[in-house]
This record gives sequence, structure tokens and C-alpha cells, in this order.
Amino acid sequence: MARGLGRSYGDAAQCSGGTVVDMRSILGASDVSGGEVEVGAGMSLDALLRRALPAGWFIPVTPGTRQVTVGGALAADIHGKNHHLDGSFARHVSAITIATPTGLRRVSANEDAELFWATAGGMGLTGIVTSARVRMLRVETDRMLVDTDRFSDLDAVMSAMEAGDARYRYSVAWVDCSGPAISTRQRAPGLRAGRAVLTRAVHARLEDLAPAERRPPAAPPRPALGTPRRVPRGLLNRLSIAAFNEAWYLRAPVHREAEVQSMWRFFHPLDGVADWNRLYGPRGFVQYQFVVPEKSGDVVAAVVRELSERRLPSFLAVLKRFGASSPGPLSFPMPGWTLALDLPIGPQALPTCLDRLDAMVAAAGGRVYLAKDSRLRPDLFSTMYPRLEELSSVRQRVDPAGLMRSDLSRRLGLD
Amino acid sequence: MLDAFGQPQSAVVLGGTSDLAGAIVRALAHRRLRTAVLGGRNEERLALAARAASAEGVREVRTVQLDATDVAGAARAVDECFDAAGSVDLVLVAIGVLSHERDELDPARTAEVVTATYSWPAVALTRAAAHLRDQGSGRIVVLSSVAAVRVRRQNFVYASAKSGLDSFSIGLREALHGTGVVVQIVRPGRVPTKMTEGLPRAPLSTTPDAVANAVVAGLASDTPIVWVPASARWALAAARLVPQSLWRRIPG
Ligand SMILES: Cc1cc2nc3c(=O)[nH]c(=O)nc-3n(C[C@H](O)[C@H](O)[C@H](O)COP(=O)(O)OP(=O)(O)OC[C@H]3O[C@@H](n4cnc5c(N)ncnc54)[C@H](O)[C@@H]3O)c2cc1C
Ligand SMILES: NC(=O)c1ccc[n+]([C@@H]2O[C@H](COP(=O)([O-])OP(=O)(O)OC[C@H]3O[C@@H](n4cnc5c(N)ncnc54)[C@H](OP(=O)(O)O)[C@@H]3O)[C@@H](O)[C@H]2O)c1
Repeated sequence: MARGLGRSYGDAAQCSGGTVVDMRSILGASDVSGGEVEVGAGMSLDALLRRALPAGWFIPVTPGTRQVTVGGALAADIHGKNHHLDGSFARHVSAITIATPTGLRRVSANEDAELFWATAGGMGLTGIVTSARVRMLRVETDRMLVDTDRFSDLDAVMSAMEAGDARYRYSVAWVDCSGPAISTRQRAPGLRAGRAVLTRAVHARLEDLAPAERRPPAAPPRPALGTPRRVPRGLLNRLSIAAFNEAWYLRAPVHREAEVQSMWRFFHPLDGVADWNRLYGPRGFVQYQFVVPEKSGDVVAAVVRELSERRLPSFLAVLKRFGASSPGPLSFPMPGWTLALDLPIGPQALPTCLDRLDAMVAAAGGRVYLAKDSRLRPDLFSTMYPRLEELSSVRQRVDPAGLMRSDLSRRLGLD
Repeated sequence: MLDAFGQPQSAVVLGGTSDLAGAIVRALAHRRLRTAVLGGRNEERLALAARAASAEGVREVRTVQLDATDVAGAARAVDECFDAAGSVDLVLVAIGVLSHERDELDPARTAEVVTATYSWPAVALTRAAAHLRDQGSGRIVVLSSVAAVRVRRQNFVYASAKSGLDSFSIGLREALHGTGVVVQIVRPGRVPTKMTEGLPRAPLSTTPDAVANAVVAGLASDTPIVWVPASARWALAAARLVPQSLWRRIPG
């Protein structure tokens, strides 16, 4: 089983008792030619940007952290804030080299498309990707023009996204899931849950900037050092999560247009509070990200309500509208609404509450994201991913002995 | 595999006919348990326990016959259980034999109690630990007892054996540190089960369901010791300080 930078939240890049291949030394990138770059699968998106951005090339899909490898990005078929227009990562990969248990192959959407698409989102279960040809995006600057809007409830922000997302390459909303009011200004329960800040942006062109600001794009900054290594248990509790969400909400303007922001502030706002995850303390947290079809947007509200009523706060909840899905049988995105939650482990009600959310999501024809999963039930997994058979048949062909397996594949009964 | 909350999909239960094990299997079945291998000495009772587990939703239930007075056969019995299970996420040790004042001076009884409560489980744990270590992951939950913490006259043979098993398990936990295998020790107060039938209620009493819930919650953390009720932890910390002359007179 391959392991990139280990940024998947669950057990996808683990194989207890087995062999895990550290991909971080499979580096190297060609120059961009014809808008494409051939990259070693162990190279991080950060390193790729460092090389390509000064030449005016940006990565086609940017996740919430730059510290993921190209192989990991393909294996999870990751999505960014531009999914509604540009789709997931694999759509921007024109070919890959993959070492399967039955041999090394070069595949693409035209050459052995089954293996290519089974690998895109296949969580490493078809073999080890060694290199990929990635289509890059031309940019003139390293800045963004950002519009920000604040909404007092979920319906309003969702309507705004439906109406206006097409005008922006990037769009994402932060939703307050920290539960009912607990501050001194006690409000009715449920009032905070669901309020949202929507940020949408396009790449700034040179002409969009003041003359003094017009300079070519530069490499991203080195990551800042963050929170101390040892953090007391429970530092991030219901109160502090609510306080953080309150500050986040109040910090946002009610409406602001065309604010010039650096790419890094826009794509990775949490890098300002680097290593937030450690604040969860030694017990950690679970990520829960699901998608439901367009017509089932009400499930998002139901989930927010459920968490708020159970007093299970989420540190940051991120809402996004997905565009078309990619052909990968295990690829996560589908047209509709996705919500990503960060929930501290601890409350006894959490595991069963998440089971209930799974059931709601599955009933609506949606699914949860495997790159962030560590607890889904196998039976619901096959309901959520009805095209599992396609993956199995490819695996049978390229890995008849069943050598490629991970803790995730064993947990979900993918063997 | 264990999930993010430490919930097993497959379990080997040594002492599969125990009342406490039954309650624990039920609670695990409501979470993620799909495969269970129940080990025990009596075929009929095993079949009954297996049926109960199936009824709670465990899809594959198998039984293995074993006798906890046969120390020499312990490792083989554990092998058989692992073979029957495939991969194992959790090993639960629930075998134990209670001693009473009336048989405290019967050497044969002492041999049975000590063997079934300590020696056999210790050997079985040794073997199970080796299997799990090779697997690279897994949990071991050992049913100890508050009786192990401060031995009392009424059941000192049993309590001393539990005390041995408890210490053994703490040592094993340390020994397995970093292997992916985690040992957790459960110390319940008195629980109404077939083991304690006819005994009076004691302080720190609890119920099989409370023990089961505490085990499920304990799995979500990797806490070394799960006390049931939780207050037993403080009661026993205090009990250690009580002089023997007084301890003797506390009912239980
Ligand atoms: C702060 C944060 C923000 C994130 N934001 C987003 C987001 O916005 N959108 C999104 O989609 N995801 C997001 N993620 C998830 C992340 O993008 C994915 O989990 C990604 O797969 C991680 O890449 P990695 O290199 O760390 O891979 P790992 O975590 O090491 O591995 C993930 C999977 O990829 C497989 N894999 C890795 N390398 C290879 C290879 N060379 N060949 C075959 N298989 C391989 C592994 O076997 C495993 O199954 C975020 C994660 C974090 C921590
Ligand atoms: N009940 C309490 O108050 C209490 C409190 C603290 C700890 N505990 C511990 O919890 C565990 C479960 O006890 P319980 O209360 O559920 O009582 P139980 O139902 O009597 O369970 C004891 C188990 O041990 C098995 N056993 C005994 N001798 C055996 C032998 N020679 N070979 C194979 N199996 C043998 C029993 O099998 P059979 O069914 O065939 O007899 C039964 O499965 C025990 O370890 C006990 O010490 C109990």
C-alpha cells in the first residue's frame, strides 16, 4: 500500500501487519510544456507550486492544505473550491504510470480507461502510482479577487450559491455548527447553527491590480510553525469551539467585493493558525464529510440541526456545491452539496450520531468521503458507492492475488 | 478493523458463555461487530450464547470448545479461535471462577479457581498477544475486578488470582506498547450474574449493561483501566488506605 504525506484523516494510508511504501522520495517534475507537467507521485502540491507558479502555472485543484502528494491527490480524486466548474483532480490528469502487482503500466482516459478511472479515487487499491501528467492552470498573479458575504441562515447562503457560483471559479462557505448560543448574550437555541460566511473568488489578472501591485506570481511561503506539541486534553471543547466560530463570523464583513487577497490566505486560511488539529489534544477528532445530490439540500440543514441538538460542536464546517462527478467508480464528488465537519472525539453520543447521519446521507443517495473516513459501516459503504463492482473487476485483473490492501479496505470489506 | 472509536468488527471471546460477555457482545453488535468466536466449555451453553449473539445482529458466530482447567491446551485453544475468526480486532477475556468461604480450604477448589481465573487466562493472553502483534493491530480487554485491588477474606482465593491476572495484564499492556496492540483492563464492582447468584448486594454494585457500556466507551479511548461504576476508582483508592482490622468489617 502506498502512503503519501499521510494527510488522509482515516486509515487509508495504513496497512497494519503489511508493507507500506513511503512515496515521499519519488519526486521530480518536468518543465511545463503545452500546459502539462509530468510529476513524481511523491511530490507535494506545495513543491509543485514552488516550481511552477513563478513560471505562471497554478495547480488545477487546490485542497485545504498544500501538503498532499500528487499520488494522494489522485488516489482520493480530491476536490477544491473550484469543483463546481472544474471538477476533481483526476479530470486534470492526462496520464499516469502505475505499478500494479502484475506489472508497470502507463494508462489514461484513452488507454486502459478502466484502470485509470479505478485508480482515480481508488484509494491506492489498484497499485502504486509513480508519476502523473498534470494539466496546469495559467495565472497572471498570485492574488485573488475575493467577494465575501455573510448570511444569518443556511437557506440564504445555499440560495446565494445556487444563484451566483457560476460567476466565480472558486466558491466555499463556512457554516457555524458550534451549537446553540452559550455566550452571555444568550440567544435562542439553534440561532447560531447554520449562519454562514460565503467567500468566492477569481484569479486576479495583472490589470485587476493597482500598478504598484503588478508583479508576477511568486512561490508560496514556507509553512509557519504552530501550536505546541503537547496540548492538554479537552482544550478545544464546546465553549472554545463556539467562541472560535463566533469570532470567525464576526470577523467577516456582511458584504465586500473584489478584495485583493494572496492565494495563500484564500486557499489556506487556517495556516494563519497553523496546526489547529493539535489543539484537539491527544484523543484527536474525526472528520466527517458527505455529499448529497442537488435536490437533497435539506439534508445539510438536517445534519446541522442534528449536531446542534445533540450538542456535538464542529470546529469548522465547510459547505460547497459540487459540479459534475468524474467517471471513477470510487470518486467521491457528485453534483450536489458537500459539508465537511471536524468533530472532537470524546462525547459518548458522537459515534451513534454519526451512524444516524450516514443513514440520512445514504437514504438521500449521497455518500461520505473515504479520504476522511475512519468509521463508516461496510453495508452502508456499498450502498453509498454502488459501482464497487467496477473497482473489484479491475482489481481482479491487475491484482489477482489481492496484494493491495489497506486498513481502510479491510474495514470496509473491500477485499 | 477497529474504527476511529475503537469499535471491533470481529472478536474472540474467551468465556463466551459468561453473562457479562453476553452483555458486552450485545453492545458491540449494536456498533460494528459482525464476526464473533465464542470459546467455552459447555456446548449447550455455547450454542445458546451463539444464538443470542446472532439475534443481536452478529452475522457470523462460531464456537470453540475449550476448558480453562487445561493450561497445557490454552495456546492451542486460542489458535483455534483465531483460525475460526480470520482477522481479530478484539480479544475479550471473561473466564473466571469465584471462590467462597465454604471452599477456601479445599485444595482441589483452589487449584480450579486459580487455574481458570489466572493461569489459563495468562497463557491464553500470551498467545493472543502474539497473534495480534503479528497482525499489527488489535485490542485486548481483560475482565478483572475491584476484588483484585484489595483482597478480602470472603473470596481471597479468587481475588488473589484476579490480582495476578490484573498485574499480568498491566505488564502485557506495557510489553505491547508501540506494536499496535492495546490492552485494557476492566474492573467492575459486583454484578448480578450467574457467578454471583445468591450473594448479597455489595457496595459498588453495578449491572451487566453498565459494564458493557463502559467497555464500549473505554474502547474509544485507550485508557488502561475502566472502572465500573466509575466511582469505584476513588473508593478503591481510599480502600487501599483502610487498615486490615477495619477492612475486615466492611460488608461485601
Ligand atoms: C487540512 C486538510 C485539508 C484537506 N482539504 C481537502 C480538500 O479541500 N479537498 C479534498 O479533496 N481533500 C482534502 N484533504 C484530504 C487530502 O487531500 C487527501 O486525503 C489526500 O489523499 C492526501 O494526500 P496524501 O499525499 O497525504 O496521501 P495519504 O494520506 O498518504 O494517502 C491517501 C490515499 O492515497 C493513496 N496514495 C498515496 N500516494 C499514492 C500513490 N503514489 N499511488 C497510489 N496511491 C497512493 C494511499 O494509499 C491512501 O489510500 C485535506 C486534508 C487535510 C489534512
Ligand atoms: N459478576 C461479578 O460480580 C463480577 C465482578 C467483577 C469481575 N467479574 C468477572 O467477569 C467475568 C465474567 O463473569 P460473569 O459475572 O459473567 O460470570 P459467569 O457468567 O459465571 O462467567 C464466567 C465464565 O467463565 C467460564 N468458565 C469458568 N470455568 C471455566 C472452565 N474451566 N473452562 C471454560 N470456561 C470456564 C464460564 O463458563 P460456563 O458458562 O461454562 O460456566 C463463564 O463463561 C469473570 O472473569 C469474572 O471474574 C465478575
